Order: sequence, then structure tokens, then C-alpha cells
Amino acid sequence: MAEIMYWEAIQRAHDEEMARDPLVICMGEDIGVAGGTYKATKGLYEKYGPLRVIDTPISENSYTGLGIGASFLGVRPIIELMSVNFAWLAMDQMFNSAAKVRYMSGGQLTAPCVFRSAGGAAHQLGAQHSARMEKVFMGIAGLRVVTPSNPRQAYGLLKSAIRCDDPVYINEHELMYNMKGDVPDTEYFHPLEGSEVTRSGTDVTLFGYNISVHWNLKAAEILDKQYGISAEVVDLYSLSPLDREGIRKSVSKTHRAVVVGEEEAPVGVCSEVISVINEECFFELDAAPVRVNSALVPQPYNHTLEKAAIPNAEDVVAAVLKLFGKA
Amino acid sequence: MKLEDKKRVLREMVVHRRFEERCYQAYIERKIGGFLHLYPGQEACCNGVMEAARPGYDYVITGYRDHVHAIKCGADPKEVMAELYGKETGSSKGRGGSMHIFDVKHRFMGGYALVGGPFPLAAGIAKGIQMKGGDEIAICFLGDAANNQGTFHETMNMAALYKLPVLFVCENNLYGIGTAIERSTAVVHQHKRVCGYDMEAAETDGQDIEKVYEAAKVAVNHVRSGKGPYFLELLTYRYRGHSMSDSRGYRTREEEEMWKQRDPIYILRDRLIAEKAMTMADYEAMEKEIDAYIENEVIKFAEESPEPKVEELEKYVFADRESQMPWITGKAA
Ligand SMILES: Cc1ncc(C[n+]2csc(CCOP(=O)(O)OP(=O)(O)O)c2C)c(N)n1
Ligand SMILES: [Mg+2]
Repeated sequence: MAEIMYWEAIQRAHDEEMARDPLVICMGEDIGVAGGTYKATKGLYEKYGPLRVIDTPISENSYTGLGIGASFLGVRPIIELMSVNFAWLAMDQMFNSAAKVRYMSGGQLTAPCVFRSAGGAAHQLGAQHSARMEKVFMGIAGLRVVTPSNPRQAYGLLKSAIRCDDPVYINEHELMYNMKGDVPDTEYFHPLEGSEVTRSGTDVTLFGYNISVHWNLKAAEILDKQYGISAEVVDLYSLSPLDREGIRKSVSKTHRAVVVGEEEAPVGVCSEVISVINEECFFELDAAPVRVNSALVPQPYNHTLEKAAIPNAEDVVAAVLKLFGKA
Repeated sequence: MKLEDKKRVLREMVVHRRFEERCYQAYIERKIGGFLHLYPGQEACCNGVMEAARPGYDYVITGYRDHVHAIKCGADPKEVMAELYGKETGSSKGRGGSMHIFDVKHRFMGGYALVGGPFPLAAGIAKGIQMKGGDEIAICFLGDAANNQGTFHETMNMAALYKLPVLFVCENNLYGIGTAIERSTAVVHQHKRVCGYDMEAAETDGQDIEKVYEAAKVAVNHVRSGKGPYFLELLTYRYRGHSMSDSRGYRTREEEEMWKQRDPIYILRDRLIAEKAMTMADYEAMEKEIDAYIENEVIKFAEESPEPKVEELEKYVFADRESQMPWITGKAA
């Protein structure tokens, strides 16, 4: 086990897969000579050359389409969209081509692409650079959506995504690239489906994914120390498909659920998880499940307003206390 | 250009340069957050074009490198700086930030963060002008790498097809972040790219404001006289990194030095000195005076301005609700 950073984990997965299979390529803006905005492709250009590490023009929809087309012939492109905010421009190709081609062709064609992108609010990047868009991707049939909350997942999910024959969208987070964590020294493939119990508990389940897992862990600590409430933290690293069984199991044990996401509430991951809870284990519930989300505003630039718009561990604690009638 | 105008513009360009350099410092002091894209090196582009147009009357739109364009249109540097500080007195009330300066009363229609996004918006503004029958024009300032967006071609086609009064100014600074133009674009000279739409186009030196001005006069006259869109390419260079987190490893110090020898401010200054319209001492005094203005007025205003109120987080998301009630309730009188 070595402790490495989230970006290093992603870089390592690229490197191993590219060394193994000459048909694995990567492409995106400033990923080659410049090594990637978040260093996720650092050193690959020097090692694998311009035919396999492609610096693209700023033509998101078209280079994404180009990667998808190549994947029809068995190439395995890892397409980096520098920021999820720019992925809006590539959604036509991702959704209309990659996600649907297998179905439309009756299984004749498939698009084994990986799309990676940084999402989330970072530090005052403003309305057009702070989107959380996992909610959009998770509603598309034919597209897998995963979102790593630590370096181990970042490494292992990318490895599996490259090998998988389905198109996979990997939702990373701007604030997490420098986060450190243990990653196995030997090759490791993280399951693309499922969920993880990050902290075991008995009184309430805190569901989260990506950065909100960390808020939940902090909240669980506070709940335990200050209020004697035992919270279970579940990491939903796979957003599509959601782990219905894992959700059911945890709620059946704790009988209470708080679902936390950095996204805005409407039509979101959290509302989807609550629907799954209702469908899977409504009669196990001791209280109505609640969600904790960002305010429904274009992300403000001002630092104070920005903070006010995004939830944190204290908001999670408050939601739990309310659930227990302690607020 | 008339001598009086040249002297005035030199002063403005120095304000622009010192403003941007002061932003750099404020960013390091963490007074400014987010992404910050600075303009030094390219001042003759915006200034030369706008001298040939009518600032505050013609509509201007651009990308994220937008402070100077806003100020040139008439935005108060104090309000622009306050925006960078995220203050309530900022041009976008602290909600926008560096990449989203707006000053609509001076017809500065905003800075946008998505590369290529402003192309169709500019054409749309021109369409609005056409519908309303005014003699304003729309001016869209964007970079070179932006021309690889689909919106570039789609917009050029429509602008030419509909004969819209829009001037596209391409500030070709040879890079899109860290990618040199010849590594991203099959054609380095961007003005060649619009011939497929039969659009008038020209290219000129973007470091010499008088050359920019002369070329822009032709362009502006063409557009204003109803002959349709025009594409003007200006060859220029940005002295600083793309944004603040850029160590400029993709270009050589020699190349940077070569372009610094062609500093747009010094070109104009030296010309005025040669014409005996000013002395070096005059210039240095002016620089000092401008620094004092930026410190004592611009920065002071930004520092002392209030933060937006957290209770007003949702202000500006929608139009004032009361004013929309007829449509919200369906009970229009
Ligand atoms: C749609 C979109 N894709 C990518 C980016 C990231 N990005 C910001 S600026 C930039 C380069 C733009 O270069 P250019 O158009 O030449 O303008 P310059 O910055 O040189 O003025 C890129 C790739 C973005 N902001 N928007
Ligand atoms: Mg450029």
C-alpha cells in the first residue's frame, strides 16, 4: 500500500493501461505537452507520443465524437473533459452516440469509451465553472456513471472503466485531486457497481458520494462524540446503476436516512436515492428520509455567498438532529 | 490617429496595464479568488478597435479575459476591482467574478467563461440591432483557439447569411492556454478561415495601436454601413501566463523577450516622445500618478466596500417575483 494523491492514482491507471494495450489512448485539452490541468496525464505524452496522447482543439463535441467513433473500431479512448462545465458541449455525442449505439444497432456496435471530468464547486470559480452535473449523466440509459471519493477508487474505477465494454462517465472533483490516500501496490480493479460502507453505524445512514462522503464522515464523528448518535456512512460511488441492495441493507439496519450531495436538490441524485429507499424498504423507515443539498442558485463568486450555497458537515449534523427531534 | 487621441489612449493603456498588474498582486494576497486571466501585452487590440468604434454605444462582448474591455467601454475601474474582490458594489454585485464582468449601461454585454460561447451571442446582439434599426454595431473580442469551437463556424455562417452588423475581433496571441496555435489549428492565420462564408476579413499587427486603429476603421465602417459582418485578426501576445496557475513551460523565454520588445505601450510612448509630444519624464510621472489613483481610489474602494448579504443569496436568480405574478399565476389582467 502506498499513499498517493488522487491525481497520481488517475495517472497511474492511465499509464498501466496504456502500457498494456496499444489501443488505449487518451485525448483532451492540454493533456499532452502540458500534462493535464490536474496533472492526471502527466508524463504520458513523453512516454506514448502524440498518436496516443492527443492534445485536442477546444472542440468538445467533435473531439468527443471522434473518440467515440474510434471506439467503434475497438480503440479505448479515455476522454478528458477539462471541467464538467464544458461537458455540456459534448453531451450530444456522449448521449446520442456513445450511450445509444449498442441499443440502436441491436448490439452490433459498442462504444467502450471512458469520459472523465472534474465537477463541483472549488474556490470561487463562479457560475460557469462550478457545475455539478452527475444528475444529468445518471439519467441516461446506456451510460455508466461512477464517482470516486478517494485515490483508491480513482485508480481502481478508471482501470475497470477502461476494460469495460460500456461507455463510462467518471465524475471527479476539482477539490480532490490533491487528496491523499492508500492505493494497493498491485493492480486493482474497483467494481463499477455497488456501494461501500465507509463507517458502520446503527442509528441513521448518511448516504453520499464523492466529496459529500467526507462531509458525512465528519458529521458522523460529531454525531458520535457530541450527541451519542451512531451514524453509518455509505459511499455510493456508482451512481448509475445505483446499488439498490446496498441502500436497502443499510436502511433496514438503521431505519433512518439522510442523503447528502453537493448538487442542487431538484431532479437530483439525492431525490433518486430517496425514491429507491421508498421502493425498496419503505416499511423499514422510522422517519421520512431527508436530503441535504446546495442552494438552487447559479454558483455565486463571492466567497461568503459561495460557502452559504454549499452544504457542509454541520448541515448534515443539523439534518440528523432534526430527524431525531433534537433540533 | 490625432495627437490628442494618442496621448489620451496612451494614458488609458497605462491604466489598463497597471490595473491588471495590481490584480496580480491582489490575487497573490488572496483578495481575489477564482480564475484570473490578465491582459498585459494585448492592450493595443482592445484600445485600437474601440478607438475606431464608439465605446459605450456599440455593444461589446468577450470571454473571460474581460476587465480591460469592460473598462474601455466605460465601466468604472473601481467597480471592476470591487467585483474581483467579490463585493456588493462590484459591477456584477460580487456574483460574477473576474470572468463575468458585466456593465450593460455601457453596453458591455459581459465576459463569458466558456470558450466560443460569445460567438452566437454577438450575432444575436447584432440581430437585435438589426431588428431595432439602430446604427450601433456588435463587437465580439475572442482568442485564436476559440475558433475551433463549432459555434465559430455556425455563427460565421449565420452572420454572413443574415448580413448582421457584427465585427469579430480575433486577438491571436498564439496560444490557447498551453497549446501553441500550430498544434491545435490547421491554419495559423485565422482570418483565412472565414473565406468559406464570403466574409470580409483582414489581419494586422496587434501591437501597434495605430495599425490596429486603421484596420479597425475599415472594419467598423464596413459593418456600420450595413455591408454585413467583418472578421479582423490581430497578431498579439499575452505577457503573463494564461491564468494565475501557469508557469509558461510551453514557450521559451526568448520568444517572450522578443514580444516584450514590441510592447504596445512602449511603441506608442516612444512614438510620442519622438514626435516631441511628451518626454520620458512626463511618462514616468504619469505612471506614478496612475499607480496612486489605482491604490488610493480603485483598491481603496474595493477594500472598503461591503460584502453581499448572505440573506440575499437568491437575489438575481429570477426577475422580481411580484412583477411576474400575472404570468406566474396565469391571471394576467
Ligand atoms: C468550452 C470550454 N472549453 C475549455 C475551456 C478551458 N479554456 C479556458 S481558456 C482556454 C483557451 C482559450 O484560448 P484562446 O481562445 O486563444 O484565448 P486566450 O485565452 O488566448 O485569450 C481553454 C481551453 C473553457 N473555458 N471552455
Ligand atoms: Mg489565444
